[in-house]
Amino acid sequence: MSVKSYRQALNEAIYQEMERDERVVVMGEDIAGGMGAPGEDDAWGGVLGVTKGLMPKFGRDRVLDTPISESAFIGCAAGAAATGLRPVAELMFVDFMGVCFDQIFNQAAKFRYMFGGKAVTPLVIRTMYGAGFRAASQHSQCLYPLFTHIPGLKVALPSNAYEAKGLMTQAIRDDDPVVIFEHKAMYDEEMEVPDEAYGIPFGEANVTREGDDVTLVAFGRMVNLANDAADSLKASGITCTVVDPRTTSPLDTETILETVSETGRLVVIDEAHPRCNMATDVSALVSQEIFSDLKAPVKMVTAPHCPVPFSPALEDLYIPSTAKIEAAVREVLGKGH
Amino acid sequence: MQLNRDDLKEAYRRMCLIREFEDKVHDEFAAGNIPGFVHLYAGEEASAVGVCMHLEDRDAIASTHRGHGHCIAKGCDAEGMMSEIYGKKDGLCGGKGGSMHIADLSKGMLGANGIVGGGPPLICGAALTAKTLKTGGVAIAFLGDGASNQGTTLESYNLAKIWNLPAIFVVEDNGYAESTASAWSVAGTQTKRAEGFGMPGVEVDGHDFFAVWEVAREAIERARNGEGPSLIHVKLNRYYGHFEGDAITYKGEGEIDKIKATKDCLNLFKQRVVETSLLESDELSEIEGSVKSYIDQCAATAMSGSTPTEADLMTDVYLKY
Repeated sequence: MSVKSYRQALNEAIYQEMERDERVVVMGEDIAGGMGAPGEDDAWGGVLGVTKGLMPKFGRDRVLDTPISESAFIGCAAGAAATGLRPVAELMFVDFMGVCFDQIFNQAAKFRYMFGGKAVTPLVIRTMYGAGFRAASQHSQCLYPLFTHIPGLKVALPSNAYEAKGLMTQAIRDDDPVVIFEHKAMYDEEMEVPDEAYGIPFGEANVTREGDDVTLVAFGRMVNLANDAADSLKASGITCTVVDPRTTSPLDTETILETVSETGRLVVIDEAHPRCNMATDVSALVSQEIFSDLKAPVKMVTAPHCPVPFSPALEDLYIPSTAKIEAAVREVLGKGH
Repeated sequence: MQLNRDDLKEAYRRMCLIREFEDKVHDEFAAGNIPGFVHLYAGEEASAVGVCMHLEDRDAIASTHRGHGHCIAKGCDAEGMMSEIYGKKDGLCGGKGGSMHIADLSKGMLGANGIVGGGPPLICGAALTAKTLKTGGVAIAFLGDGASNQGTTLESYNLAKIWNLPAIFVVEDNGYAESTASAWSVAGTQTKRAEGFGMPGVEVDGHDFFAVWEVAREAIERARNGEGPSLIHVKLNRYYGHFEGDAITYKGEGEIDKIKATKDCLNLFKQRVVETSLLESDELSEIEGSVKSYIDQCAATAMSGSTPTEADLMTDVYLKY
């Protein structure tokens, strides 16, 4: 066990799986960096350094720099997965799904079903998401609801370094296509992470706080904000249960329903836009299954229905905050809070 | 490498099988026995078979929406294919794929594809697998003139070249992307495009099995020897519409009849092997007869097969969920 950043945890997971299984290959734009250039090799290790050091260890045959051709290399990774490799492809920013989504949702996701159960596609797509970097509308989105919608894909959102290593390891060992969403604002966040390889099973939520008054279900980086809100509300005598579903597909509906039944109140926190996102999905689940257990209407804390703005003044208003979560909790508790 | 008598008989058998299969599907679709969208390959047989005669199970192909011919040429079971097209449980994909998604990975057939230009990136992946695991295999994308204008295709040319992949792009140009003439929709030429990416590109008469076989041999040999990707521009014609039900009003008058009369790939093959005494006319007739009764039997089996049930609806979405 040692202190590692989210970035190091992801790197270590990929490194250990590449060591364990030589069919694991990594590909993406600047995934090592400096390909064909006169300067330093492994110059970048991915645009934010997550894959740094893999190329010197495993060589250019297994750490493949690609041209800026997302359709070609994401599709290539799908084809390679269906024929015997276990590729980990980096789609640098999830916003770039627009130029390659066909290869993900029409090809990789559907092979198994369309081909009558005869295809095995152990593909991992790593991608960066989320606002807070002043990166504006085309480099800041949270598009995991779009992927969650597609049968055949699994979707994981690690909320800290421990989760990042475990979910990445699990993704590489999984035989179905998995998309891992890495929040760009969390790469430097550190915590104790085991040195040995470990997987975290998909579809098993993590309950990070236990309380009596309100259940907070939060996704990805929002789990940390929900934890902060829960800790701060304690001072007012309000205790919250916080659920990190870890994966949106499969979704641990059991833990969500159980914890909401216990508290009778639900606030869902999702950094995605408010329409057809995880917050609406969880709200629908709860109202359909345990409506009679609810003591108050469900409350959603999400980004607004507008593109991610550039100006720091506007972006700060755009992103869900601890203050907004606390306000939502007080609102579902009603007068006197 | 030369074609011996057995090879020639096998090539003719596969071409006849495709023709007979497609003619049968055409009739059965018209009779209302086949659901969905169907795109037939009749007329183009020499391309699929001329290429696939060189391939083994370790070699992969990706196909198109017009995929029946590629499937048969690559060794997919025709009976399973027919049942699939009828939407039956015993179909090659359990009735979940249908005409546009027939696949058999054990034969290296990575699927027909409902998305125009869907296959070339996948073939880069299959080629990468062959290269990385050193299987000695090659990977071939069949694509149409329509797909040749998709970004996925051009990106794949580039990726295959810079990674020196054992990939081959077979552009089957039947003159029409749906109803739009390739003479209008394709800027430049297919072979010049190949040249632009620094890979060998050659144009071939797709009615001539022997011509296709020869250029495919060269391209596949280069790929197996680690000399990278190639492009083959196959000029050919389809006998039926873009899809079944297409009235084909966009083609010139007598266009298809003229091709059938002068350039039919089965007739050309037959003339060539009989004139040069490579095979006897009787041998060819025997193949035609046995293929015909086999396809009749495939259709009868498909027709009487059982349909999938509700228990099948949710299986095979994931290995584990």
